[in-house]
Amino acid sequence: MATSSLITTMGTIMFEDFLVRALLAGCAVAVVAGPLGAFVVWRRMAYFGATLSHSALLGIALGLLMGTHPMLGVLAVCIVVALLMGLRQWRVGFQMLSEDTMLGILAHGTLALGLVVVAFLDNVRFDLNAYLFGDILAVSTFDLYWLYGGGVVVAVVLGVLWRPLLSATVHEELAMVEGVPVHALRLVYMLILAGVVALAMKVVGILLVTSLLIIPAATARPLSTTPEQMGVLAAIAGCLSVVGGLWGSASYDTPSGPSIVVAALILFVIVRVLAPLRRSA
Amino acid sequence: MDNVLIEASGIDVSFGGRQVLHQGEAKVGEGEIVTLIGPNGAGKTTMVRVMLGLHTPDMGIVTRKPGLRIGYMPQRLNIDPALPISVIRFLSLGMSRGDVGHGFRHGVLRETGVEHIAESPIQQISGGEMQRVLLSRALLRNPDLLVLDEPVQGVDVSGQAELYALIRGIRDQRGCGVLMVSHDLHMVMAATDHVICLNQHVCCAGHPQTVSRHPEFVSLFGESVATELSVYHHDHDHEHDVHGDVISHHNHGHDHV
Repeated sequence: MATSSLITTMGTIMFEDFLVRALLAGCAVAVVAGPLGAFVVWRRMAYFGATLSHSALLGIALGLLMGTHPMLGVLAVCIVVALLMGLRQWRVGFQMLSEDTMLGILAHGTLALGLVVVAFLDNVRFDLNAYLFGDILAVSTFDLYWLYGGGVVVAVVLGVLWRPLLSATVHEELAMVEGVPVHALRLVYMLILAGVVALAMKVVGILLVTSLLIIPAATARPLSTTPEQMGVLAAIAGCLSVVGGLWGSASYDTPSGPSIVVAALILFVIVRVLAPLRRSA
Repeated sequence: MDNVLIEASGIDVSFGGRQVLHQGEAKVGEGEIVTLIGPNGAGKTTMVRVMLGLHTPDMGIVTRKPGLRIGYMPQRLNIDPALPISVIRFLSLGMSRGDVGHGFRHGVLRETGVEHIAESPIQQISGGEMQRVLLSRALLRNPDLLVLDEPVQGVDVSGQAELYALIRGIRDQRGCGVLMVSHDLHMVMAATDHVICLNQHVCCAGHPQTVSRHPEFVSLFGESVATELSVYHHDHDHEHDVHGDVISHHNHGHDHV
């Protein structure tokens, strides 16, 4: 059995250790990704999230090239992409290209650029899979400090800006007339989204980061009647996915990042099927 | 006019080299209802956006009375169905935190006649109810000036008359100025003190009756419409509501251009 082989090779104590770290890391990310993901869903910015995460590989490569922590490189590149998109949105009719097209160019352009830069890192051991699909089981105590530090910053910023951000999400111009600094707010929102992408990358990997933002929020929707409720339930759904995914990963010896996303998907389907029953009951 | 709330003059706006407004001007006084009319693409919404400060004009200036509170009612509201939000919560977004209570919001919803949908999800209310909710949000700010962009959009004909009557009633009660955009000529003419006819520039402006006889207005909207509107405004001593009943006339001493 996969379970027993995993336990015998790793040893019981070590198993518990890295699994606890993985759970702590996954939940830290899920708690902030939930409410922030709700905004991604409300503002229809799923593709923007995907673009940020695709550009993260370039950040990792540049970070390694310069000898800094890869997460710093990710943060830097994501901020640049966020600023590019943020500034772009200030201008109407930029170069006759839709936002969708611009995001596509940025997403795949930066991903390809990242893969090319990686090729220059011949003296560094580089596990591409770990970055693409996450490596939550290898989370170190040092990584946990990063995750919790970053998570707290994102949570505080989101908490303070929740109301004006919600107002701008409902109707941007109405919020503007009412005195909400809409442009500055959008930029800050993009920056904290970049921060969460950098954090979540370790958990589910570059290619699956968006799912951790979108799926728990979508799961929470039929169970919520207020925006705050949806944010909280999304955080809970995210944590449940992390727990379920890690359990599945350990039980069936499946890759942990994708397992977490599969768990989130299963939760989404269950809620979608059961929610109408609850309403009619 | 002694108490001007907002005044825009010499407004030039162009998008991508195409001029949409040239020497646009508009002025709203206290307790006055001013309506911008004109065909599609005439620059009505652009003019309003400039006056609201949402768009910076290429040329021209907008002056506001110091401390002017504006209540804005946008043309439409598209909230993603993924956002769970009730009408009453939507209204709270327009207010500063802890500024006014639950009761005040219900009061305004009563004023606009939609108190019964306070707890409904905002995506599930009808077009007419939505316009009233948007109007409520504008009123919550206790505005000196109401800015309404196509306030009767998506509302059936009898609902339109009611909505215009409501707007007029709000003006009468609160004494606020109103700036409206509309291309619905009949209703607007009855509900307005001052009409500004826009077609990239100010074609003509003044009292509804005067405007409806202006040659530029006639050429813009056609002889039949103009004649019909003139007939409609045959008498200055009273006005008619949509049922043909005579209703009292309010004299606000507005100037005519």
